[in-house]
Amino acid sequence: MIRYLYADQLDAFPKLRDTMLRDRATQFHARLKWDVSVDENGFERDQYDALNPLYVIWETQMGRHGGSMRFLPTTGDTMVNDHFEHLTGGGAICAPTIWETTRFCISPDAPDGGKIAAHLMLAGAELGVGFGLSHAIGVFDARMVRIYRKLGWEPDILGTDGTGREAISAGLWEFGGEIRLKMAGRAGISPELSRHWFLRAFGAPAQEIASAA
Amino acid sequence: MNKLVDMQEVLSQATTLEGLQDFVENLRDVYDIEHLVYHSVNSKGGQYAALTYDPSWVDRYLEKDYARIDPVVQGAYRRFHPVDWKALDWSAKATSSFLGEAIDNGLGNQGFSIPIRGPSGQFALFSANQKCQDEAWANYTSERSADLILIAHYLNEKALEIEGATERGPVRALSPREKDTLTLLAVGHNRAAIAEQLNISENTLRVYIESARFKLGAANTTHAVAMALIHGLIVV
Repeated sequence: MIRYLYADQLDAFPKLRDTMLRDRATQFHARLKWDVSVDENGFERDQYDALNPLYVIWETQMGRHGGSMRFLPTTGDTMVNDHFEHLTGGGAICAPTIWETTRFCISPDAPDGGKIAAHLMLAGAELGVGFGLSHAIGVFDARMVRIYRKLGWEPDILGTDGTGREAISAGLWEFGGEIRLKMAGRAGISPELSRHWFLRAFGAPAQEIASAA
Repeated sequence: MNKLVDMQEVLSQATTLEGLQDFVENLRDVYDIEHLVYHSVNSKGGQYAALTYDPSWVDRYLEKDYARIDPVVQGAYRRFHPVDWKALDWSAKATSSFLGEAIDNGLGNQGFSIPIRGPSGQFALFSANQKCQDEAWANYTSERSADLILIAHYLNEKALEIEGATERGPVRALSPREKDTLTLLAVGHNRAAIAEQLNISENTLRVYIESARFKLGAANTTHAVAMALIHGLIVV
């Protein structure tokens, strides 16, 4: 199932937290060789994990991490605005309705990584629609372009640096009801169940209570 | 929407923190709500508030250090999604008696809060409070919450500008792409033509406009173009 947890809520789920941070170390440090730091526990963490970001996590039936991504609003400090301005038109992208997504990670132990990726894309759409966001922004490498295409939700590319396998890009995902339904179809999860997971985490936001009444 | 444009105009004129207090009181009347509270904490721990609560309630709140148990503070401050007070946990005995005391001091029974993240670790909370039944509150939030979310963020930018900047003007710099976009809008091109000239999708163009609008504290695209011209950020 999908869990939406802020960093300060993660400690109530130690197994989920620890397996996520170890899976991130495996994916970003060991496999992709990114310049990320891994601590003595084998956890991959950076400065943005310290900003109380919101994690969207696929939790397996065993209560461990199956896949995850991390969100921060672009009005505050974000990776894309701090380090990748050359990919976003020469300056920061900031708006209350645009959130940054980073650290898209699938557990190396997952037998069905493609499915989990689809679940995460659905959860991203659910988040955007639920909070009335217009877009997510993120930085990704060349191999992800194909993955996003396969998942049926390709970002609009803002800018690219480098070529071939070394290329990195900043991209935008536009939120809307249609993409949410499409992702639910891809994930094989009913929109109602996806909505249930969202409401369980956040309660009904003010606008949503109104439209349901 | 006109209300939003009007209030943005008023806000853009503010030059002092006292001016923001006047703005919050004005906003309360225009948006027909019991109370509004804006509270900001900067990266150095400095605090600033503009609010319509009775001063005796503010004193009482600080004296009793109610921030320790206030579910709005506990549930919203370190987060960044808007939250209806109904979604918070008021069940503890101390919490429900705190709520009772708040209501005795003129607060309404309904509310929603908008946490805001600013640059360099700054954060703020903007809350709207109303005295009404559930159904009326649902109608209110469905009509007004989107406006109040935008205004909350603009108010925060304005407070940052007043606190930090010696010269007037937006806190956040427009990017070259955002300037291109506003310049082409200013000379009257439509969005499709601009997207084509800049070799970007209309979706991407919308994001540049949205981001520029926010940085300028503008209510809409036309207002953003006007403000960029006024501040000399674009030249046509």
